[in-house]
Amino acid sequence: MSTTQPRAAAGRGVRTFLAQHRDYVPVMATAVLFALTLEAGNYRYLDFLAGQTIANLFVDNAFLLVIAVGMTFVILTGGIDLSVGAVAALSTMLCATLVEQHGWPPALVIPLVLAAGGLIGGAMGYAIHHFEVQPFIATLAGMFFARGLCYLISTNAIPIDDPVFTTLAQSHVTFPGGVFISWSVVIALAVVAVAFLTLHYTGFGRAVYAVGGNAQSALLMGVPVGRTVIRAYTVSGLCSALGGVLFTLYTLSGYSLHLVGTELDAIAAVVIGGTILAGGSGYVLGTLLGVLVLGVIKTIITFEGTLSSWWTKIAVGTLLFAFVLLQRLMTSRRRA
Amino acid sequence: MSTPQLNPAQPVLRMTGITKEFAGVRALSGVGLDLYPGEVHALMGENGAGKSTLIKVLTGVHEAEAGTVTLDGVPVRFAGPLQAQQAGISTVYQEVNLCPNLSVAENIFLGREPRRLGRIMWSELRRRARDLLSGLDLEIDVRAPLDTLPLALQQMVAIARAVDIRAKVLILDEPTSSLDREEVAQLFTVIRRLRGEGVAILFVTHFLDQVYDVSDRITVLRDGRLVGEYRTARLPQIELVSAMLGQELGELTDRGRGDRERPAGTPFAEAHGLGRKGAIAPFDLAVRPGEVLGLAGLLGAGRSETARLLAGADRADTGRLTVDGRTATLRSPRAASRRGIAFCSENRRREGIIPDLTVRENIVLALQAARGWVRALPARRTEELVTHWISALHIHPADPEAVVRNLSGGNQQKVLLARWLITEPKLLILDEPTRGIDIGAKAEIQRLVASLAADGMAVVYVSAELEEVLSLSDTVAVLRDRELVATLPNTAELTLDRLMETIATGGTH
Amino acid sequence: MPPTVARLAGHRLFWPLALLAALLVTNVAYTPDFFSIQIRDGHLFGSLVDILRLGSPLLLVALGMTLVIAIGGIDLSVGAVVAISGAVACLNISDLADQQSVGGVVVAVLLALGVCVALGVWNGVLVAGIGMQPIIATLILMVAGRGVAQMITSGRIVTVNSEPYHLIGGGYELGLPLSVVIAAAVLVLTGLVVRRTALGLLLESVGGNREASRLVGIRARGLTIAVYAFCALCAAGAGLMVSSNVAAADGNNAGLWIELDAILAVVIGGTSLTGGRFHLGGTAIGALVIQTLSTTVYTVGVPPESTLVFKALVVMAVCLLQSPAFRAKVLSRKLPRRSDTGVGAPAAGTATSTGSSRSSTPASAAQSPKEATTL
Repeated sequence: MSTTQPRAAAGRGVRTFLAQHRDYVPVMATAVLFALTLEAGNYRYLDFLAGQTIANLFVDNAFLLVIAVGMTFVILTGGIDLSVGAVAALSTMLCATLVEQHGWPPALVIPLVLAAGGLIGGAMGYAIHHFEVQPFIATLAGMFFARGLCYLISTNAIPIDDPVFTTLAQSHVTFPGGVFISWSVVIALAVVAVAFLTLHYTGFGRAVYAVGGNAQSALLMGVPVGRTVIRAYTVSGLCSALGGVLFTLYTLSGYSLHLVGTELDAIAAVVIGGTILAGGSGYVLGTLLGVLVLGVIKTIITFEGTLSSWWTKIAVGTLLFAFVLLQRLMTSRRRA
Repeated sequence: MSTPQLNPAQPVLRMTGITKEFAGVRALSGVGLDLYPGEVHALMGENGAGKSTLIKVLTGVHEAEAGTVTLDGVPVRFAGPLQAQQAGISTVYQEVNLCPNLSVAENIFLGREPRRLGRIMWSELRRRARDLLSGLDLEIDVRAPLDTLPLALQQMVAIARAVDIRAKVLILDEPTSSLDREEVAQLFTVIRRLRGEGVAILFVTHFLDQVYDVSDRITVLRDGRLVGEYRTARLPQIELVSAMLGQELGELTDRGRGDRERPAGTPFAEAHGLGRKGAIAPFDLAVRPGEVLGLAGLLGAGRSETARLLAGADRADTGRLTVDGRTATLRSPRAASRRGIAFCSENRRREGIIPDLTVRENIVLALQAARGWVRALPARRTEELVTHWISALHIHPADPEAVVRNLSGGNQQKVLLARWLITEPKLLILDEPTRGIDIGAKAEIQRLVASLAADGMAVVYVSAELEEVLSLSDTVAVLRDRELVATLPNTAELTLDRLMETIATGGTH
Repeated sequence: MPPTVARLAGHRLFWPLALLAALLVTNVAYTPDFFSIQIRDGHLFGSLVDILRLGSPLLLVALGMTLVIAIGGIDLSVGAVVAISGAVACLNISDLADQQSVGGVVVAVLLALGVCVALGVWNGVLVAGIGMQPIIATLILMVAGRGVAQMITSGRIVTVNSEPYHLIGGGYELGLPLSVVIAAAVLVLTGLVVRRTALGLLLESVGGNREASRLVGIRARGLTIAVYAFCALCAAGAGLMVSSNVAAADGNNAGLWIELDAILAVVIGGTSLTGGRFHLGGTAIGALVIQTLSTTVYTVGVPPESTLVFKALVVMAVCLLQSPAFRAKVLSRKLPRRSDTGVGAPAAGTATSTGSSRSSTPASAAQSPKEATTL
């Protein structure tokens, strides 16, 4: 913090640049990474950069994108939400059982499912803020709880052939040139847009950043810390539920074992997208890039054929490590 | 005590008869303070004087048992700092209470962002921030994240935020503690400017020079009571120090141990230009076996910082230390402990006891750490040692299995002493070992220190109480504003008056 | 309450044991011969023995987790390590010319344990060397480790047909399943090592107050790395038991969610998640509670997967009871707790300031118990 005389002006320049733009550096790294993975895929496979391949990136990951957006809110406040995969799976189960087995109209079921997700998230946020339970343990309990409820509903997969769901699932938005995307992608991108506007242009959004930066100061500056924390977990629960609905559309089924491990993908996407795990710094657009990087890696592995699915996990783990290390280096310089 | 009326105007803030108790202990009794528009008013006092309690009562963190606060003649009572802020009383703390990750502009306007249709207008926000800062003659990139700025500028941003809230009263709570000389000058420019604009500024600091540099009046508190209110220009430094310490000049009998023979011989530990940036200026200091070296100075003068460097608790960035004649680079407390240096921090709770462990476990910890984990101290030896020290130091309850968390402060302190004494150190560094403990325990600890030194141990003793330093030490090192200003043998000539004078003036005359 | 009963109820193992007893009794209601143990071929058989046998891997993992939590950390990667250990061992055994060769099996087992210790050291270095938060540091291995396990087995389920290897999970010693003997031996050995040497004291000291421990001269870094390595070693042992029992390594499902069960066992056993004091005996009982719970759910006939809901409720209940904020806000207004005196004025001061700074809406705490238990 003290003013040391510069020894090498050039080195100082780079450091100053890094310091001034450190919020963007991880996102820029992700963007470069995204471009590189795309280029790598393109180098190996002829039709990799074909419009539909790119479109499918979005189609296949729309649900993850929505879940990761919710996770971004929580991580920005300095917390973590391990329950997202389970809450999303619970949503697929609720959709399937209520629509198929109880014959409720989807127009009623979907809002209900979203409300349930928000409620679980809010309850976890309440315990975290008011009873100072560690976020990971509270959301771990939430994860058990939601997964357990899935099993209580049914241990079997429930296929869906409700006309509303199937129509929604099968209709596409087609662009000139025949490239198409599903409506889920439109919804997911809309969620990203709303999240972006919320985080950058509303009091709640700025409060999320302030709480993640220094909750004690934020409180003294008049930020309603408790309300912000609870709301952030509510948003995450809500996004998980919506992600679950999109996944229901994607697979047209509800199943207790859907989306096992999605919390890890979501956390990885957020971190790779440049959000600092300690909270207070990051962008929801970075999360979009993070999801896309994960998507490209999965696509390459699918294209490769001989490469098997476990490489995805190893690649995700390695990227997670690299980005956490990058964060660590940047924050240690900052606090030094 | 009659006060010369500085300002014929009405005080903007008047506190009268403020009394505050914590669990039956009086932290403040009947304290009053008047603050006039356009003045810088220093609030001074040693540890436990009640400065921070008074500020917390003023800003609504604590509720006072008795007394009134009036703002512009209207009685007020705030539910918290936020409400105080809205009423025009802003506080800037030593640790900047802003969000380090947000931009300068945002920190100034967080919660009051200019909006249109509920949407934050970023360009408008930045423009206002630029205007505000340039109004204070500050050139700061308003888009930069706050923590990329030096601490001084971060404080300016905090002040800018307060100014924008139209603060009538600005409380600066030890804002200069981590600033260097130029940064302090920069801060003072802003303070004077605000004073010129009619803001009433309450300035809490430990630095005497700064008080005389910037303040118009001084209020001194001691032990929760008002000592007096003075015009800075009419109060000699020595009288200020005397007021803060509660010693009347010229009335003191010499209670030092001046007649004792000063231990001679080669020093056990010797610092040559040892220092750490932002903590303590490079100093030379030596301590001999059998000698008690007292560190004296006001709060924030660098006493603890000096002790910590000698103990390896913080790493020095300049100079060197020799122990037993050999250069010793203390990279960690462990390295110091291996050379026979023991250190009790002033912060018992955070840096001393392991609250959940028992008395026995806390006592053997340092010896055990030195032995390594494999060679556990044999149970019988442990019992001997622990029983011996519990009775030798009168630790109460005399139960080795009592959980340390439940002991009183004095007994926790004795446990910490026992922890180090069983390692048979050659140099014992005690930072405020008697603060906040009862008189009986205090006397016991002082007797113990004297007898340890008599047995040949070197002791560095930090205390805020000058009498304590004088009665225990063979040599007194005086610190002032983060600098060692004098090392005085505790002879008959060294009286409390002399000591206070040295603290007040730096011993330059 | 008579004083002896009150003292009993105040013992830290009272509630875990009561929970265990209640679960066991529930079983008797459904299976009258639940407590009966038969001896066949000199081996003990019966439901209780099954609980011990099936609970052994969890007990091992929970032991390692206890020490990690004691030092103020957490290890989420144990499940992945379980899978890797089984995969390494089975792959090496399946490559042996003679799967019955004891020497070959021993080498394979040692190799598996060695690989896992290395992974534990990796975790420890990330936490103590680089300074990552434990959750994040071990999350990395949790994600990547399962991929590594699948990579080792090439995504297949590697079956082995090795008698010596099968002994680990299926053999008998002293009339008990060998896995029970191993788990008990590790429990006793660990207990001896941490309590007879000063290791336990140093761990509790670091977990209880890191800065004070530094000033005392404890080298927390080495201890932390060693503890993570030990935790991985325990997980590796559990992985060997699991894969040996089914004579196969399943990179995908072996040890799935065992990290959560292990954390739960530690918490039920009375070790606080914030670090410091730990209780190996409590952890052992905690592990048995969880295994008995699974068995009970089967005997009662509830869908077995609903144990998760129950576990969620237990985790939440235990954590809330451990939370000082919860006790202060909710319990204190119900039952006047004996106050921890000796804290004095400064503590009262901080309590006031944190109290007022944290809860912006004191009134909302009143409705908390209901909301909290619905989690």
